[in-house]
Amino acid sequence: MRKYTPKDNVQAKSYYTDRYWVAPRVPRAAVEEGTHFADVVKAMAKFAKESYIEIGTLVIHIDAKENFDAIKTLKEQCGYTQCSEQSAVDYLAQDGEFELFYQFLNVNEAKRVRIVCRIKEGEAIESIVPLFNSSNFAEREMFDMFGIKVNNHPFLKRIIMPDDWEGHPLRKTYPLQGDEFASWYEVDKIFGKEYRDIIGPENRDPARIDRYDTKRFSRVGYEVPFGEDISEGEKEQPIEYSETLLVNYNKDSGKQLDHRK
Amino acid sequence: MAQHQVNYASAAGLPIALTTVDHLVNWGRSNSLWPLTYGLACCAIEMMASGASRYDFDRMGTIFRASPRQADVMILAGTLSKKHAEFARRLYDQMTEPKWVISMGSCANTGGMFNTYATVQGVDRIVPVDIYLPGCAPRPETLQYAMMMLQKKIRRESANMKKNTKQNLRLV
Repeated sequence: MRKYTPKDNVQAKSYYTDRYWVAPRVPRAAVEEGTHFADVVKAMAKFAKESYIEIGTLVIHIDAKENFDAIKTLKEQCGYTQCSEQSAVDYLAQDGEFELFYQFLNVNEAKRVRIVCRIKEGEAIESIVPLFNSSNFAEREMFDMFGIKVNNHPFLKRIIMPDDWEGHPLRKTYPLQGDEFASWYEVDKIFGKEYRDIIGPENRDPARIDRYDTKRFSRVGYEVPFGEDISEGEKEQPIEYSETLLVNYNKDSGKQLDHRK
Repeated sequence: MAQHQVNYASAAGLPIALTTVDHLVNWGRSNSLWPLTYGLACCAIEMMASGASRYDFDRMGTIFRASPRQADVMILAGTLSKKHAEFARRLYDQMTEPKWVISMGSCANTGGMFNTYATVQGVDRIVPVDIYLPGCAPRPETLQYAMMMLQKKIRRESANMKKNTKQNLRLV
């Protein structure tokens, strides 16, 4: 039997996989006593499931149900007044979960904290817009790209893709070159579905050459009129040489030696 | 007085020019091409440079217009996303006849490097294109050359062409 390859991650197209290759990981350091991060961990002790330092950033894993309270504590007690980034990672194929992360900045201490939590598909997360206005668009983007619903968001609507789009493009199950809906989107919208046959499917092959297409491809040396149908075989049009511009060097104009001197 | 007298009988002195209506109309059309001020992506920067003083589109009679009602050329300069395709087509429909389209740059021609779900794979899927201008991004000289090629094309056309009839649209 042929070896089974998983189809749930259609974006990954590796042509070679080393069996013994291990993904390099950023080293994780423990939080040292007496530092600013130690105070943060102490204040967040009620929520934190796990906390460590990665490249100078404190990472705190929390329960997704407590995200609002945890982030409120972080903002009001630890001075993290800026939410600089917020999104999700699709681990549906691996763990059946999304990993959500929030990045915070404390401008007085010049320190950054990342809050990480995990939710299952179909579960919703509480909005943090009452705390950080900047997360308004970030949560809309997360909803647009992953389909993660956000509770109590003031205006949860698609932000990047059109409102009538189907699918969530940053999920691993979404093909990079688009599904059936995506490939016909503009044709359906502008002309209607009946124009699909007239306009034809998208050309995704950049090296495609159509021999019989006389509208888009020229045939050097054997030119035919624009748009002429040559599928039945075109008229032979030999190259016309002139005396001055295009000289035929193939003609045996040279002197042939037929015997040794 | 006598020295200013026009000799109507000699060939070069006649105050008459003979031409065809096609030629006259196309002379006017091709020398006053007004493109739409419509930039999509980085090619629009080159389009702006073509319009500015160094390359100076105005000397060719090419003046950018801010309204599709006053424009007769649409330069699709840059990546056309699927979300925006509908609006590009609407702008094209709002332009009055006769109208021409220049597809500027690889992205507009074929989708270019954006072989993804969100990019229109060639603007000829939504509007009929007259000139395909290759390059990533094409330099202003190239856009000028494309405009001159379009002028040449217009001079070849019939003046009462019915360009965008339904039958012609099917050839897109």
